[in-house]
Amino acid sequence: MLIRRRRLLAATGLLATGCATPPQSGPRPAGPLKPDEARWLNRLTWGVNDSAAAELKAKGLERWVHEQLQPAPWPPRLPEAVQSKVLQLTISQVPVAELARRLEAQRKAVDDKPEGEARAAARQALQQETARLGREAATRQIWRSLYSPRQLQDQMGWFWLNHFNVHGQKANLRALMADYDDRLHELALGRFRDLLGAVVFHPAMLRYLDNDQNAVRRINENLGRELLELHTLGVDGGYSQQDVQELARVLTGLGVNLGDESPRKGGTKAGPPVRRGLAEFNPARHDDGPKTLLGQTVQGEGLSEIEGVLDRLARHPSTARHVCRKIAQFLMADKPPALVVDRMANTFVQRDGRIAEVLRTLFAQPEFAASLGQRFKDPLHFVLSAVRQAWSDTPIVNPEPVLNWLQRLGQAPFGHTTPDGYPLDSMAWTGPGQLTTRFDVAKQIGNGAPALFRADDSAAGAQTPAPQLKSALFMEALLPQVLPASRQVLTQAANAREWNTFWLSSPEFMQR
Amino acid sequence: MHRRHFLHAAAATPLLAVGTRLWAASAADMPRFLLVFLRGAYDANNLLVPQASSFYYEARPTLAIARSGSGDNAALALPGVADWALAPSVGEALLPLWQRQQLAFVPFAGSDDTTRSHFETQDTFELGQGSGGRRNLGSGFLNRLAGVLGAGARGGAGHEALAFTDQVPLVFRGAQAVANHALRNLGKAGVDARQAATIERMYSGTPLQTAVSDGFETRTEVMNEMAGEMPPAGRNAIGSRGFETEARRIGRLMRERIALGFVDVGGWDTHARQGGATGPLADKLGELSRGLAALAAEMGPAWQRTVVVVASEFGRTFRENGTRGTDHGHGSTYWLLGGGLRGGRVAGEQQALRAGTLFQGRDTPVLNEYRALLAGLWARQYGLGRDQLATVFEGVAPVDLGLV
Repeated sequence: MLIRRRRLLAATGLLATGCATPPQSGPRPAGPLKPDEARWLNRLTWGVNDSAAAELKAKGLERWVHEQLQPAPWPPRLPEAVQSKVLQLTISQVPVAELARRLEAQRKAVDDKPEGEARAAARQALQQETARLGREAATRQIWRSLYSPRQLQDQMGWFWLNHFNVHGQKANLRALMADYDDRLHELALGRFRDLLGAVVFHPAMLRYLDNDQNAVRRINENLGRELLELHTLGVDGGYSQQDVQELARVLTGLGVNLGDESPRKGGTKAGPPVRRGLAEFNPARHDDGPKTLLGQTVQGEGLSEIEGVLDRLARHPSTARHVCRKIAQFLMADKPPALVVDRMANTFVQRDGRIAEVLRTLFAQPEFAASLGQRFKDPLHFVLSAVRQAWSDTPIVNPEPVLNWLQRLGQAPFGHTTPDGYPLDSMAWTGPGQLTTRFDVAKQIGNGAPALFRADDSAAGAQTPAPQLKSALFMEALLPQVLPASRQVLTQAANAREWNTFWLSSPEFMQR
Repeated sequence: MHRRHFLHAAAATPLLAVGTRLWAASAADMPRFLLVFLRGAYDANNLLVPQASSFYYEARPTLAIARSGSGDNAALALPGVADWALAPSVGEALLPLWQRQQLAFVPFAGSDDTTRSHFETQDTFELGQGSGGRRNLGSGFLNRLAGVLGAGARGGAGHEALAFTDQVPLVFRGAQAVANHALRNLGKAGVDARQAATIERMYSGTPLQTAVSDGFETRTEVMNEMAGEMPPAGRNAIGSRGFETEARRIGRLMRERIALGFVDVGGWDTHARQGGATGPLADKLGELSRGLAALAAEMGPAWQRTVVVVASEFGRTFRENGTRGTDHGHGSTYWLLGGGLRGGRVAGEQQALRAGTLFQGRDTPVLNEYRALLAGLWARQYGLGRDQLATVFEGVAPVDLGLV
């Protein structure tokens, strides 16, 4: 372990920057954060704030990075003020299976009512409850991203949610999104195969891509195609239309069951029915004939056949390249150097798809260190980093304005309709309309956005903490990177609010 | 034969001659073009119903729309056309346009991309560089058209190009500065004019300089144009939901200043329970059609020199699937609308739809390559010459369908 850490140091050139104190030497004296440390912090978190800066100073860059790479227990421990709010949410108190069953029962009750006012009212209540649960999932995601100390794991959790995108507004998926979010964040730094399994057996994905309706002789290709194209091999990964159809056959019978009853056990070749959470494998709906996938014969064995195929897809060299390239795009650059992706893919293959190891390889590349500070933020990074820097460790009470800003900027949680997820390339977010909207959001945050600290109407008029953007952290770690044009503008701000607006609108703030 | 006729016409007809024939407008004001892109691959066979194909009715036991004249919920007859009929959900909005010859359909349309991937084929479509070769992701075909026409964010009223979307789509990315401004919800401006000028200074000399100043400028113009917008509910009886409000605003902006526009509409990926004459797909098509009719009305006299093309990345399987939906296919049907159109017909190459004529045994084939079709259209609409067309679609021979 120590040897590997030394290698990381040597490769990143961190030794030369004076951050090489070994972890066993204990906390370091807190001093100003160096611009170079701020760049690492900005890239590996959703944005610098005081507590993250203090933690990095105390531990040293190398140990801090090492700890960020350790998969942490889930859910993360949040600051007390936020933690208590999260625990009050229905999605924290009721297990997903129970939530889904409740909504299903509510839906049936609506259908059973005769047409009329009572039915319309019941339907409206159902829609409101569904929307409320979806809102809770989005709210919790924002709170965790802003305040979880496991920032890298949180970013990667978002990456996987986006890689395995499910549109939360489709049908009744909203009640399932909190659980989907939990699962992918929990596994975010672990093995790719575990992530893939969690996704393919999750009711949200099974419903989103219609596999709950995919059955023998009633084939629906939707999940089969996206599994190959988006989730594993990639569109140039070397599969054919025939493979899509055969994979769809493999996946027949894998669906969702919200009820208490299992299907009657049939004596089929594909074995007995199996429940796994809300997912259910029903052998009576499975095509148990042999298939040919990617040039190999797959025997019709049912559930073990599906698991075997997921094993193969997860370990396919095209998957390693495709997934590693996307990770490098997310964390490094629009066009990550082929050599960097190759090295990550090597680690992916050799370490059985362990994402923390893949990231360790990425962070060890000199090209990665050289890229720090030069990645254009997507809307999510823009908004979260602004709120983190503005109020550091004074937690916001109400994430609703954050969700509205993300909606306006085009990157709301669970809001992308198609399975490809939000684009990772910066050209998607540098259009004129995007930039003007960012400046508007910058002004709202710069002016203090009092709604962030207002839980409901009764709290109106309460003291709201002013944003602290021009802080010691800014002066020490961020200002040295600000170019003359922006420096000059900042000195011309009419007041503190306008200074905030200009800083959050500056080209320097747009980069991470 | 089509092509020779076109080349002759294009060579002999300079821009202004075409303009004066079709468009009674000042030479300074450009003809209008709007691309409406249906992301997710809409099921064309349940819009323009191939009612002459008995195989259609075999292949879609639960989804097929009944032949025109066969009772309630049957397809609507299109005057002058026997083999095709129109989905009843769009009749109220589209039949009047058809009768005025302001609407035409081109079935068997699409690209040569056969990946059947939404995302890959949308990229292929928007880049317009053909499939297979090396692609330049920074050059979409509408951007190249804007370059040839001299339209762009800085074109000035009547010469502007604008994407009515949240982000600049691939089709509009490229060398020509083109802005975007979504019209679904009109937010109010935050930063004032002085702050905007100050922010612009920070971006001076950076790669985003143009985007920042175009953004401020576009927003000012859109706000000015929309200042006089009347409440949509007061202007039409059928009620304006979703796309209709947006389409009305697009019409207004295109009437006043936008020469080249783009908007996309999502939600067409109907793998399950899409419905037939009624149902979710029929509802969506109805909403889209009402929006387009509203846009036409909003444009007033400018509609005469406007062409709207509705396209989608690919078609869907000719047969319905096991879940009363359709899967990813190949050929689609494009719509063309415009006040000066020679419409009221189903144009382009066609063939009988039987099991044996399907592409790879499952999909509608592509007989009308979309770049050739658009190049032929723009040759007439704008009087573009061969070199200009080659800049937009390199190596593509234009096909003239005589629609404008």
